[in-house]
Amino acid sequence: MTEFWQSVARGLGNGSIYALLALGFVIIYKSTRVVSFAQPAFMLAGAVLVTYLAAEVNFFLALVLSALAVALLALGVERVTVRPMVGKPVFVVAIITLGLDIVIRVIVNGFIGLDVRQVGDPWGLQTVNLLGVPVQQRYLAMLLTTALMVAALFAFFRYTRFGLAMRAAAFDQETALAQGVPVGAVFATSWAMAGGLAAVAGVLVGSGASVDQNLWIIALKALPAIILGGLDSLGGAVAGGLAVGLVESLVGTYQADLAPWLGQNFAVVSPYVLMLLVLLMKPYGLFGTPEVERV
Amino acid sequence: MLSVRNLEVVYHDVILVLRGVSLEVPEGEIVALLGANGAGKTTLLRAISGLLDVHDGEVTKGSVLLDGRPIHELPPTRVVRLGVRQVMEGRRIFAELTVEENLRLGAHTNAGALAENLDRVYGLFPVIKERRGRTAGYLSGGEQQMLAVGRALMSEPKLLLLDEPSLGLAPKMVEQIRDIIVEINRQGTTVLLVEQNATMALAIAGHGYVLETGKIVMDRPAQELLQDEDIREFYLGLGAEGAARSFRDVKHYRRRKRWLS
Repeated sequence: MTEFWQSVARGLGNGSIYALLALGFVIIYKSTRVVSFAQPAFMLAGAVLVTYLAAEVNFFLALVLSALAVALLALGVERVTVRPMVGKPVFVVAIITLGLDIVIRVIVNGFIGLDVRQVGDPWGLQTVNLLGVPVQQRYLAMLLTTALMVAALFAFFRYTRFGLAMRAAAFDQETALAQGVPVGAVFATSWAMAGGLAAVAGVLVGSGASVDQNLWIIALKALPAIILGGLDSLGGAVAGGLAVGLVESLVGTYQADLAPWLGQNFAVVSPYVLMLLVLLMKPYGLFGTPEVERV
Repeated sequence: MLSVRNLEVVYHDVILVLRGVSLEVPEGEIVALLGANGAGKTTLLRAISGLLDVHDGEVTKGSVLLDGRPIHELPPTRVVRLGVRQVMEGRRIFAELTVEENLRLGAHTNAGALAENLDRVYGLFPVIKERRGRTAGYLSGGEQQMLAVGRALMSEPKLLLLDEPSLGLAPKMVEQIRDIIVEINRQGTTVLLVEQNATMALAIAGHGYVLETGKIVMDRPAQELLQDEDIREFYLGLGAEGAARSFRDVKHYRRRKRWLS
């Protein structure tokens, strides 16, 4: 039983990282209708920045500073490369973000070099006893951080003036403009938020492990998460991220014993299998909005 | 207050929609703008409120002056801050948000006076107050139109541009909307009213303009327009002798008319 609960804890921990990344994808998608493939690069940039900052200041301060810096970076990137393309086909913009991802990663890789770097987190691989089950502290930290950020996001979109404006702009840009909402600022903010979320996710991935040039691959797990949660649903992104993490972890723990014929490392593809199964039944994802059409 | 001078608007660099439109909206008045489909009424409103850009349109000549100051090159946010609000055709409320959230959005540029403006709008539209917690998309057509107008009032506009507020509403509802427009005007907001329902528009307006394929073809006090033969025939649906005409005659007549104007 201990094995099962440990697997669940790992799944939820990793899942919350996927959720943070997925939230970034969804926020950008909702406000600009573009899937931004630059998220992996922002995640890597955030992690690497913390490995440098952690040598100077306390880890938590480094985390906050890094998130802010990457948010600023994302803001600038949006303003310079994406904003001039407003009104162009969505496909074009998506490809631009792919290029951005590569450029940013190459630059950031220059700061990693060939060795691995440490984010300097206070918990490392230590465990804590939770109802008799030893659980790694880092998974709890991941879950807690994500819970905090999700709550903050929820409050922002629900109660603040600008959050409301962002929801309105996502629903109908022209009408939002007519209300005096500066839609350009909405685009910029959504990129900044996605950048900040990705940076935090990157640091969490690096905690208890290390940061190397391949860290960004984790971000690809957010894709099945957003698709199965529904591209335009924030709640769906969180649910999708957690589901992907759980499935991956449980399959990793039990598949070798229960279904050895699937071969090794089946856990890596299991999120995609889950995504396909969900799409077969709900083509818009679990929480996505079906396109409303009058017939 | 608002003066449009020789305005020329082009969409997608090739489609000339307004060709030299001039129009005056004096402070405190209701001015009606009539015209058939595709005449350029909505385009004129967009040129005033700064929404042309969204549709790849551009002012190529002329100007829009608000109290003497050119506003046709300002982004919509700035125009709203200057006190000009457009209520778009087809209501365009945020269907997924609640009624109150829609109103809060209307006050985006004027968050300081949110509470008193909410009271004012709820006072004007008691129905909206009853429904304030509901999802806006489930309101009836008339209630949605009231919400759209109420939302615009949240920023305390000096000039309200109404684009076909009677569109798709039952006659009773149209009367109610008409009374509301008069009341809003009485409280000190200038109104430029674009309508297909000419009877309603001319009944409350002081002055009227008729737009036809991008040009102002008539510009008279509303009372005179109501008496005008052509207007009676084309916009009020009353033939001179009260009889229906063959479509061929109408076409011929319109072609000739365009020649003259």
